Amino acid sequence: MTIHVKFFASLREQLGKSEVELDTDSAITVLAVWQQVTDHSPLPEHTLLAVNMEYVNSSCAVKSGDEVAFFPPVTGG
Amino acid sequence: MFIEVREQGFEPYQLIADYQSKANFAGKYGATAVFVGTMREFNEGDDVATMWLEHYPGMTENYLKKISEEAESKWDLLDSLIIHRVGEMRPNDPIVLVAVWSAHRAAAFDASRYLMEELKSRAPFWKKETLPDKTRWVKKNT
Repeated sequence: MTIHVKFFASLREQLGKSEVELDTDSAITVLAVWQQVTDHSPLPEHTLLAVNMEYVNSSCAVKSGDEVAFFPPVTGG
Repeated sequence: MFIEVREQGFEPYQLIADYQSKANFAGKYGATAVFVGTMREFNEGDDVATMWLEHYPGMTENYLKKISEEAESKWDLLDSLIIHRVGEMRPNDPIVLVAVWSAHRAAAFDASRYLMEELKSRAPFWKKETLPDKTRWVKKNT
């Protein structure tokens, strides 16, 4: 299954990419998505997580075709 | 309910006047609460020359709609409006405009505060400042 992964703001700059596709055979959590696309880096503290543009926690299950996003605390307004 | 994320600058007071003149709540509203967030020329003791606002297209609009719907369910509102800039901006540029119309003032005051606080904690926008000698991401909202 294919998962679309996006990064924003300072996290996008640190990783040097704004998006990546992840192919995986098994059911997977958001935290496992992070580990697979960053070569097992620790998830930075306070990182926010979204699946299909809704906030989730790191144990949320991801399915094929989902869009998973990682980004720092928001600073709009 | 009106929501817009835009790159072009805007004049908030003209925009409110235009929106109100076309609204279907003429004669019904007794209260309009307006909040305008404007870019400062300083932050955390440093001069800020320009600022760049990034967002998550799609999720941003979803959350602005979500918080507007929450405000409508909590208070008796006639209408609400949120406009937020993205991209490059300069000191004195309006960044965000929130307006709420209701029959009486309490709902307008409370709902406009709610919309701004929820926007700041949940809508996926990020600010990057250009200082005289470097750029930096704003780490958290105050």
